[in-house]
Amino acid sequence: MIPLLSVKQFFNDLRRQKLRSLMTMFGIFWGACSIVLLFAFGKGITEAQLKSMRGMGENIAIFWPGITAKDFQGLPKGRRVRPTEEDIVLIKQKARSINRISPEYQRWSINFRYGKQSTIRQISGIWPEFGPMRNVTPRMGSRFINDKDITDRRRVIFIGNLLAEDLFGEVGPVGKEVLLNGTPFMVVGVMKTKKQDSSYSGRDSRKGFIPATTFQTMYSNRHLNCFVAQCKPTSSMEITRKEIYEILGAKYRFDPTDREALSVWDTTRSFAFLKNFFLAFNMFLVGIGVATLITGAIGVTNIMNVVLEERTKEIGIKMALGAHKSFILWQFVFETLLITGVGGALGFAFAWTIVALVPMFNLEEYIGVPSVDMWSGITVTIVLGIVGLGAGVFPARRAANLQPVQALKLF
Amino acid sequence: MIKMKGVTKVYTMGEVTFSALKGIDLDIRTGEYVGIVGPSGSGKSTLMNIIGCLDIPTDGDFHLDGRPVGTLSSNDLADIRNKKIGFVFQAFNLLPYATAFENVEVPLLFAGMKGKQRRARVIEVLLRVGLADKIGNKPTEMSGGEMQRVAIARALANEPEIILADEPTGNLDSKSGAEIVRIFESLREAGKTILIITHDVNIAKGTERIIRLKDGLIESNGDML
Repeated sequence: MIPLLSVKQFFNDLRRQKLRSLMTMFGIFWGACSIVLLFAFGKGITEAQLKSMRGMGENIAIFWPGITAKDFQGLPKGRRVRPTEEDIVLIKQKARSINRISPEYQRWSINFRYGKQSTIRQISGIWPEFGPMRNVTPRMGSRFINDKDITDRRRVIFIGNLLAEDLFGEVGPVGKEVLLNGTPFMVVGVMKTKKQDSSYSGRDSRKGFIPATTFQTMYSNRHLNCFVAQCKPTSSMEITRKEIYEILGAKYRFDPTDREALSVWDTTRSFAFLKNFFLAFNMFLVGIGVATLITGAIGVTNIMNVVLEERTKEIGIKMALGAHKSFILWQFVFETLLITGVGGALGFAFAWTIVALVPMFNLEEYIGVPSVDMWSGITVTIVLGIVGLGAGVFPARRAANLQPVQALKLF
Repeated sequence: MIKMKGVTKVYTMGEVTFSALKGIDLDIRTGEYVGIVGPSGSGKSTLMNIIGCLDIPTDGDFHLDGRPVGTLSSNDLADIRNKKIGFVFQAFNLLPYATAFENVEVPLLFAGMKGKQRRARVIEVLLRVGLADKIGNKPTEMSGGEMQRVAIARALANEPEIILADEPTGNLDSKSGAEIVRIFESLREAGKTILIITHDVNIAKGTERIIRLKDGLIESNGDML
């Protein structure tokens, strides 16, 4: 009703009580700043962890040979189930929920040599699907193992970025020849650096990958060390797993419900757990921020009560001049919202500045990349609105319910 | 204009009760200029607060311009204070952070008067009390007499029918007091109903009727000094 006069009165009070006003706003400033920072850093850490988890691949499961634990069709338990490359072809043909699948042969203690440099590392024999499925992405100017490599049983190798550094140093490895236990292989690609905090046989950055067919030719392995399957985004790993158990169960005659027939690491479960964990972690952080903001709001309520005491006579004057209760109520609520609004906006801006400066300190490995997003803005706005109204309504109601004669202190 | 029958006012503070008015019968006609006198604690201010709708009686009938005040809502009472009554207090009661212009503007804003008309009205009433040159001054930049004239201008802003003044010259020197008295006389000539609580003989002499209160009762009604 009288916004200009109310604003004038607000700034007059602000000027008269500089320290008090600043301290009141600081409570809100700090609360808003805390929420935004906790949101931003929580998000940064979560993203970093999930990215790291995705480093090994998304929606994948690794299957190892196992031993049956149930009697089935007259056959005793305790039989070994050892899948072969033909089984992977069979699964690929039959399992509808599968997006990608690749066998994996593994061999350790391979001597890698380039010129005078040599190192002992592991190699895996795989299919081309292995790369995109396991986030093994080639650097610019290089490639992963392809179908032609498989069909022609080529002696080509794709190497991890750290293995490339160990062997080649500053030299570009692509097109160079590297000796694997004395057998020459041409390097066709180097892995793009990735964050990977989990693995089942060492980090991809220190491994070499060769075509599965070449591996079989060289080492005559019939049985796989393991195979990796990726379910379609529209399906789930539980369905994929069931399909694989049914296909292999029919072939090797084991009970499809016999979980021990194959060992499985379903990474989607770990991923879901991690997601839920970080959701709870972020809610906890935001809870701390909200609690800080509420503490600030209690400060605002206290100050507004003091303001009410100071202004009682002014309220009385306005009532004597015809102010309705609603005017007095809204004047107090307006002032509280202004304090929380200004304090909150400054807190948001300060937090945003900190978040913008963080990348300068190269802490990405530890805390990820914190960022202020729309949701933290919406949360802060909603919480500030509730806090502002909550802090303002009680003193405002007290003020509005004063009798004019009491407010004017005329008796 | 103002009719009271058996009006009482009892204040309760904890277990202590105090009867400020003990049964007031009163009839004030439109355009009357009435002085209310009496010793301290006689109930003058309580009577004025009830007439001005700043307080409500504990018991009795009070009709203002034919309306039973006891049955009105707080918003109705606020509208009466805004449009029908103009208050002049001993302590001026101006908003300290606002200029003379803004102080006078407040009741017009509550009345919902629009910008141009409102500004013209503020200037008109400030001219009427001889404060055209103090429009932009805050209370701290004015003398007591000037502050009281701003308060009178504010009381007149919505052209109320009734002016209630509680010791309007109580805080002023004799020269400023005389100026205020002259303003009240001009308001009387303009046909306003004026009730003044006063100890000032000069003001009381100018009134048409004196109501004398003692111990919450009307001791005499209609005496001249």
